[in-house]
Amino acid sequence: MSVLVGDETRLVVQGITGSEGKFHAERMQEYGTNVVAGVTPGRGGDEVLGVPVYDTVKEAVREEDANASAVFVPPAFAGDAVMESLDADIELCVAITEGIPTHDMVRVNRRLDEVDTRLVGPNCPGVITPGEAKIGIMPGNIFDSGNVGLVSRSGTLTYQLVDSLGRRGVGQSTVIGIGGDPIIGTSFIDSVRAFENDEDTDVIALVGEIGGSDEERAAEWIDENVTKPVVGFIAGRTAPPGKRMGHAGAIVSGSGTGTAESKMEALRDAGVRVAETPAGVADEIDDLL
Amino acid sequence: MRLHEYQAKQVFADAGIPTPSSEVVETADAAREAAERIGGTVAVKAQVHVGGRGKAGGIELADDADEAHEAAEGILGMDLKGKHVEKVLVEEAVDFVDELYVGVTTDRGEGRAVAMVSSEGGVNIEEVAEENPDAIARTHVDPAYDLRPFEAREVVYGANVDRETARDVTGVLSTLYELWDERDADDAEINPLMVTEDGGVVAADAVFNIDDSALYRQEELAEMEDEAFEDDFEARASDAGFDYVRLDGNVGIIGNGAGLVMTTLDLVDHFGGSPANFLDIGGGADAERVQAALELVFEYENVDSVLFNVFGGITRCDEVAQGINDALEAFDELPEPLVVRLTGTNEEEGRELLTDRVETAEGLEEAVKRTVELSGGDGE
Repeated sequence: MSVLVGDETRLVVQGITGSEGKFHAERMQEYGTNVVAGVTPGRGGDEVLGVPVYDTVKEAVREEDANASAVFVPPAFAGDAVMESLDADIELCVAITEGIPTHDMVRVNRRLDEVDTRLVGPNCPGVITPGEAKIGIMPGNIFDSGNVGLVSRSGTLTYQLVDSLGRRGVGQSTVIGIGGDPIIGTSFIDSVRAFENDEDTDVIALVGEIGGSDEERAAEWIDENVTKPVVGFIAGRTAPPGKRMGHAGAIVSGSGTGTAESKMEALRDAGVRVAETPAGVADEIDDLL
Repeated sequence: MRLHEYQAKQVFADAGIPTPSSEVVETADAAREAAERIGGTVAVKAQVHVGGRGKAGGIELADDADEAHEAAEGILGMDLKGKHVEKVLVEEAVDFVDELYVGVTTDRGEGRAVAMVSSEGGVNIEEVAEENPDAIARTHVDPAYDLRPFEAREVVYGANVDRETARDVTGVLSTLYELWDERDADDAEINPLMVTEDGGVVAADAVFNIDDSALYRQEELAEMEDEAFEDDFEARASDAGFDYVRLDGNVGIIGNGAGLVMTTLDLVDHFGGSPANFLDIGGGADAERVQAALELVFEYENVDSVLFNVFGGITRCDEVAQGINDALEAFDELPEPLVVRLTGTNEEEGRELLTDRVETAEGLEEAVKRTVELSGGDGE
């Protein structure tokens, strides 16, 4: 069993005729993901990378039985592209696009309450089950199949941790990049719940950063619901208050909320082993296995 | 993007929210003339994006035009928490009997707007939220229905606002929500909303922050952008398209991806060093971008050593190494030692390509320790 993606995934790539969409659709095909269609309004009837292009997501679902989507649409149109996936009863929508207006995400977030679709992202590297399939932009070659479930708000930091694990011979069951934006679909809690219920996952790694309170909420949930060991890491301990550290969501507010300390403390209180360095995370996990 | 107080007040006033009469000026002489026109006691307020302006000396009361001149002379040109003051707002001082807080902000945890009113206005609302959360009445707004009038009333009555004033405050809250909604705001706040003796309300301060990602469709507001960078470095980084934050330490840091760069800063601190900056070079590290990043980081006089830490994913390490080599040709001599750490796709080819003008390291921790040592720290 895998979390979110696997052999049963039938992916439609929204924005497949754009340079990013096409580039990554090809990388996903190479990795073994079953890309069944692309969508670009106005380009229906074309063929790209050996798959048919449709004008709408609903057509791709009807004609190709697509059950997952990846959004590579420019930010001004990406909120609408996600909405289109939700309306087409896509099971899993992964939004890669960075820079979607927050208010567009407020409406998407509201719509998510009414549909069964799981949204990952936006502004995220995507989801990968090593050896099976990936939906996203992560370099597939650095991942190995194994029993660590990893969830993270950051892209390259995730790659760094996966690399640290790889050097110790530790692989991953599934890696979920939930994204660095203020409003996102799948949360830490959703991801940890999926790993807790996944028989291929033995250890859970939670990689957070400053800003917001998702890590604190996750800590509370872990305390009450999780039986598997969890290792945590928080980036941004040295970030000054009031300064946005790259990610739109990564900012410690003036009153000191969203600090690395409060997140680390909440995780420790929930029984999570919190490491201070990426190598420390890998050591803790290695130790648990 | 943050609007200045005078800009936010203009937007709020255009939407029908009462504001004191005021003029924004750039010289002390103009401040005197403005004070004469307004008449009576005025407040002279620095227009910079800084919290706690009053305590920092950026707001003064003036009883007449001469005092306004004097106050403006003192405030104009001063550095307020690192921000240079170029404009002051000369504003009618309002007699008030009570101060309220009214605001609409995006609650990221809930993924929707929260509308708030508190009868404890005029003080730091974040402190009120922490120490006495019950003093703030609030409701989350369902974007499918927007802020319904009865919800606005519930919040205002929930904050124990006087009956005579409640109708006006409800109107202000509803208007702030409309502005939040239509103008892609992150925050639309008035603190304090002053209650006058006759029961009316006046916005004595105004905060209006707009989502940067939505500025393309908020042209009128985008034109008001007047972000005073703390220094030339941040302005240049912004032009080059880097996410850059200048810090107090002496270890320069360049990397790709916000999370990885933050982690690199943390590790420098962990191993006894002190970071000089945060710089996310973003995707694609071609020679031009690498050179711009190196120049920016080296130019900061604090810097004693620099770590270039890139995880090559889709961008291969050999491409990054080539970019670094090409960029180094622009330097006759490197001002300070440079440690390069490349990991990921084609990392060995990348390391082999690098010239001997830089030090290389394989592991992240190893690279950080070495850079800290070169900065004069012990790397432990």
